[in-house]
Amino acid sequence: MTEHRPAGDGVAIRCRGLHKRFGNTIAVDSVDLDVARGECFGLLGSNGAGKTTTIEILEGLQEPDAGEVEILGLRWDRDESELRPRLGIQLQETELPERLTVEETLRLFRSVYPTGPRVDQLVDYVELGEKRSDQVRVLSGGQRQRLSLACALVGDPDILFLDEPTTGLDPQSRRHIWDLCRDFRTRGGTILMSTHFMDEAERLADRLAIMDHGSVLVAGTTRELIASLGGDHVVEFNSTLELGSDELGHLPAVTRVDNAGAHQRLATREPHRTIPALYRLIDRRQGELTALNTHHATLDDVFLSLTGRQLRDD
Amino acid sequence: MSALQELVAMRIRTFIREPEALFWTFGFPILLAIGLGLAFREETEPTPVPVAIEIGTAAEHYLDALSAAPEVEPILLDRAAAEQALRTGEIPLVLAGTGSVLFRYDPARPESRQARLLTDFAIQRAAGGTRPVEIAEDPERLPGGRYIDWLIPGLIGLNLMSTGMWGIGFGIVHMRQKKQLKRLIATPMRRTDFLLAQILARLAFLLFEVPPIILFAWLVFKVEISGSLLALLVVIMVGAFTFAGLGLLASSRARTVEGASGINNLVMLPMFVLSGVFFSASRFPDAMQPIINVLPLTALNDALRAVYNEGLPIGALSGELAILAVWTVLSFGLALKFYRWQ
Repeated sequence: MTEHRPAGDGVAIRCRGLHKRFGNTIAVDSVDLDVARGECFGLLGSNGAGKTTTIEILEGLQEPDAGEVEILGLRWDRDESELRPRLGIQLQETELPERLTVEETLRLFRSVYPTGPRVDQLVDYVELGEKRSDQVRVLSGGQRQRLSLACALVGDPDILFLDEPTTGLDPQSRRHIWDLCRDFRTRGGTILMSTHFMDEAERLADRLAIMDHGSVLVAGTTRELIASLGGDHVVEFNSTLELGSDELGHLPAVTRVDNAGAHQRLATREPHRTIPALYRLIDRRQGELTALNTHHATLDDVFLSLTGRQLRDD
Repeated sequence: MSALQELVAMRIRTFIREPEALFWTFGFPILLAIGLGLAFREETEPTPVPVAIEIGTAAEHYLDALSAAPEVEPILLDRAAAEQALRTGEIPLVLAGTGSVLFRYDPARPESRQARLLTDFAIQRAAGGTRPVEIAEDPERLPGGRYIDWLIPGLIGLNLMSTGMWGIGFGIVHMRQKKQLKRLIATPMRRTDFLLAQILARLAFLLFEVPPIILFAWLVFKVEISGSLLALLVVIMVGAFTFAGLGLLASSRARTVEGASGINNLVMLPMFVLSGVFFSASRFPDAMQPIINVLPLTALNDALRAVYNEGLPIGALSGELAILAVWTVLSFGLALKFYRWQ
């Protein structure tokens, strides 16, 4: 497959003020995004956060109620025929005819693109060589997903749109998909992906936007997002007491307090100072500590502090 | 291969690899032909009608006369058994009576009335009765002028309509439901190529759908094509294109297979009744004729019969072919405009 030119004028995907409403539901609410060429950008959020609608608007498959989209400096209303061949798209659900073989499927997709790799190269590239004559319906979830990725790569695209590329896959299949994504990146391609897996976002994405209820809550690199918590560590505990945010916020090194019912979470720069102070506080108030756990802050902690929910809950 | 060729190949492959669809398209016309074969099988000798003679009655005298008659087949039964057979419909007529013969039967049943006439005729004939008016008979129906000769072209038309509309409709709505259409329009595929491919794939299926009916009708019923095969082929192709176009239009908006079924039935049912498949469309009131005549199935059936039964050349069918062409262009154009791709 051909090498991609290094990022030219820089911007691969740019949108401003995207709005989309379905009946009474606001699916996308004032979304602005900038994705640089050669970057892997992740949309992280739970189901129903508006990720798919946002991606499909960027892909030109849905029309926004308001807002502007520019892909590779081109616009859907004017330049669709020029833009379409330069994008590779993987939709959220598997969407390939069940009774075509792997090879027939790729030949079909290849036939509608002006340029791209040979079908046999592509079959080998996604490691479906042994399955080339098998019908789609007998493929495993991981094999289907690799075929679907191959269909997205068939036109040698500049940008790859992946909507939850590894949902429902086993760990090995997921790593396989990640490897293919990284390879696309090293050849200069741009990726916009959505996911509700924190690990996927952390491993693949250079930058992330966390979405909830149709809005982008925060965007940046993983490091930047975690730094926004104010501390690298999280102390989670349960106690028999009802401790107020004020009280906990005055404990040494604590930068942030999140209450999730009886379960409380403190972001801290120095857990070795925070935890003894927490013990003393509970002892002084004659309460009891029923659970205590401490870990390095992750995207999940960022998500929780922004939305009050854990990403993995759904 | 070009995108259009690949799309045609996809349609054919996905279709022939679906066993159920295969049966309905290729098995159905053969079943239909077999069913008709049973209904219209040639009876060399009409089967005699069974009639009961009650034991110990005056009717017993005529046992020999009735046994010799080709029209009826007398059976001796006692009173209870004869009553039972009449009630259950096993026997349409019971002969009994003291002194003179008594016919016992249900006048509401046509076969009872027929048995009564045949039995009466056989008894009178055996007794040497004469018919005041002599009538000659010609029961032979020659090939070419029979109902079956008229019916077969209509069945071909009906088959072209239903396989065209169902074949196109189901395939497309299935692809829409499974988001396969959405995936395809996320590529640079030309939309006209996709729609054209659906229609072109129909032509490949025709080869398997129509010849079995023509062959079966010829081998079993001696239904012959009086016009040229080429003319027939042209009419069939034009008809197939028309109903493929209508199938595209009917399935252009439906989101589910159920929805598509409803629309297809709505389109096809009026033509099923009005367009002269099983009986002539001329039976409908004159006021309706202008509408009936421009229905695509009427035009197709008229053209098929003109070639099949009357042996007319293509040149004589320009009116019918023009009607079909207008429907084709109109439905393809509208389908492209209103198509729901996602």
